[in-house]
Amino acid sequence: MGVRTTAARATAALGVAVLLASCGSGGDQGGEQPGGALEGRGEVTFATGKDTSGNMQKLVDEWNASHANEQVRIIELPESADAQRQQMVQNAQVKSDAYTILNLDVVWTAEFAANRWVVELPASQFDLDKFLQPAVKTAQYRDKLYAVPVYSDGGLLYYRKDLLDAAGLKPPKTWAELTTACQAVKATQPAIGCYAGQFEKYEGLTVNFDEAVHSAGGDVVDSSGKPVVDSPEAKAGLDALVTGFQQGIIPQKAITYKEEEGRRAFQAGELLFHRQWPYQWNLAGKTDGSSQVAGKFDVAPLPGLNGPGSSTLGGHNFAISAFGKNKATALDFIKFFTSESAQRSNLLATSQAPTLASLYDDAELIKQFPYLPTLKESILSAKPRPQAVRYGDVTQAIQEAAYAALTGEKPSDVALKDLQSKLQELLK
Amino acid sequence: MTTVARRARGATSGAGRLAAALLSPTFIVLGLVVGYPLVAALRESVFREGTDLDESGFVVEGSRFVGLDNYTAIFAGESAARFWNAFGNTTLFTVITVALEVVIGVAMALVMHHAIRWRGVVRAGILVPWAVPTAVSALLWRWIFQADGVANAVIGQQVLWTTEGWQAKFAVILADVWKTAPFVGLLVLAGLQIIPNDVYEAARVDGASPWRQFWRITLPLVKPALLVAVLFRVLDALRMFDLPFVLIGSRKESVETLSMVAFDEASSLRFGPAAAYATILFVYVAVTALVFVRLLGADVIGAARERARK
Repeated sequence: MGVRTTAARATAALGVAVLLASCGSGGDQGGEQPGGALEGRGEVTFATGKDTSGNMQKLVDEWNASHANEQVRIIELPESADAQRQQMVQNAQVKSDAYTILNLDVVWTAEFAANRWVVELPASQFDLDKFLQPAVKTAQYRDKLYAVPVYSDGGLLYYRKDLLDAAGLKPPKTWAELTTACQAVKATQPAIGCYAGQFEKYEGLTVNFDEAVHSAGGDVVDSSGKPVVDSPEAKAGLDALVTGFQQGIIPQKAITYKEEEGRRAFQAGELLFHRQWPYQWNLAGKTDGSSQVAGKFDVAPLPGLNGPGSSTLGGHNFAISAFGKNKATALDFIKFFTSESAQRSNLLATSQAPTLASLYDDAELIKQFPYLPTLKESILSAKPRPQAVRYGDVTQAIQEAAYAALTGEKPSDVALKDLQSKLQELLK
Repeated sequence: MTTVARRARGATSGAGRLAAALLSPTFIVLGLVVGYPLVAALRESVFREGTDLDESGFVVEGSRFVGLDNYTAIFAGESAARFWNAFGNTTLFTVITVALEVVIGVAMALVMHHAIRWRGVVRAGILVPWAVPTAVSALLWRWIFQADGVANAVIGQQVLWTTEGWQAKFAVILADVWKTAPFVGLLVLAGLQIIPNDVYEAARVDGASPWRQFWRITLPLVKPALLVAVLFRVLDALRMFDLPFVLIGSRKESVETLSMVAFDEASSLRFGPAAAYATILFVYVAVTALVFVRLLGADVIGAARERARK
């Protein structure tokens, strides 16, 4: 029985994948024709990651109250981004109409559009000029709109204002200034770690690697989508991180940091500078004792090699599943969710970065979220990660190369050369 | 031919029909649950999905028959290195964790068996790790092994357990042994409880030391139960996935197992190669089980039936 049970178990997980694949491989070309009308009104579903603040439900309730025949129901997917993507992909492969509106991470657009899992949206019906343009780019595939940006995200340099002030320093604009500031502060605070980002081998490493390359004037892929990571600029960017680790400017243990490990270190007062998303602002500012640095920190744009750096763009876009019913309702709901009032309410409830430019200049909001102007600057100069249909393979190749260089397994030029040839294979 | 014999044969074939009718639901369920996925996986492993883009940037749909290409691709170039690394990790984890679990599990079983006071508490205490879901225990161990975690505080040094290297393997082995030694202990305890006490009494009368009693009486008599435990553990360990995945992370060479490679391929939408990896793992597990049963004579079902017939 042991053997049989094992056989069953070994194949059970696979069986699911197999079933899905065999259903997906047959069939017609499916889906809406590009630019075709989005028709049908009635109930729709909205598949999204966890609604941690409860504000999504609040907005959905608001919509439902005035749309009795076009009710929207939230389907909460798992918390991890990979698991969300997997569920959406599986639903698309069986052409299930279970999900109508999809809350997509900005890096999934190309994969979902190229596989015809989401339909093209009528760009003319959205006032795209009012959105932050880098965010709009993440919603496009081959210059056509497949999603609408709802949440944006950009990296910020959190710094210990108290320590820099005491040393008579301003927040650094370049990596050299950051190193100098670090040495100045270390003279009085020998135990403090200087800088950390997200360096564990996961999506965060891709974000931090891309940022380093872009901030040194390099590119991961050029404007035509060809990989260019074997450039001297890209090497300078990666080397900044590598030497950071070698010289102890980045603490050794930062190689295990994701967002949360780094946040704990910053809140415990272990870090002078920390590259992090806006969500840390509220948490690090809490005065209930969970943060040692409340009132002692501020944010600045990310530094670069010869001047301000450029962040990697994060965020989420809403798209309409090619297999969902009632697409006209879905389109209206996305319009509602991206409206100024909805985005304002979202920002107030969740402190997630909005995608409408006007909200960043709103005096009342700036009063509550003093980092908004810095964040706007960060997002406007931000660069997207490579827009690839096989993004999963691309990001893994980047993580392999960056991790090997950071841990000293490979010299940075070898790692980048290997990465270049891998990306050429993946992006051809 | 005598009437008696004929009647007997009639009864047998009647009983056979009845047996077949009674067993058929089981066979149908087995066919659906075991047979179908197995065949479907094998079929999938000889196909490959299109990844090419047409002129307007859409994926050309449909999968095509590629014969054994998915299998040969595993053993060529870069993926060969990845495969053999994963194969090595899987085998290493299996051998080391099962060996440690047998030693610790037997010790636990003896403690549970001989505990006179607090018997219930001792047994419950030992079994707690086995009751914790693997993914949850992996999370617990990740907290222990993080840079500022308990493990580093205890040894007074900063070891980065979740980075590539021997320390990551060690962390996985420790967490796995912690979790599954109680399982071995439980099965061995069941074996211990059926050893009659008079055997020990006779040994004591003959002046055998406790050490000798253990080697000459306890171990041989508990062997059938122990072998079943080891077989289950070996088969389980060969499929190890969640513990290294959650504790250390995906795509970490030091701890990547065959199941992790198959999962990784599937989540990159390469179901054909994923099915090929899974099939190879299945063959590895099946062959190991077969060798185990044949060579060590693990008494799973066959021998018991044989004895009953005699």
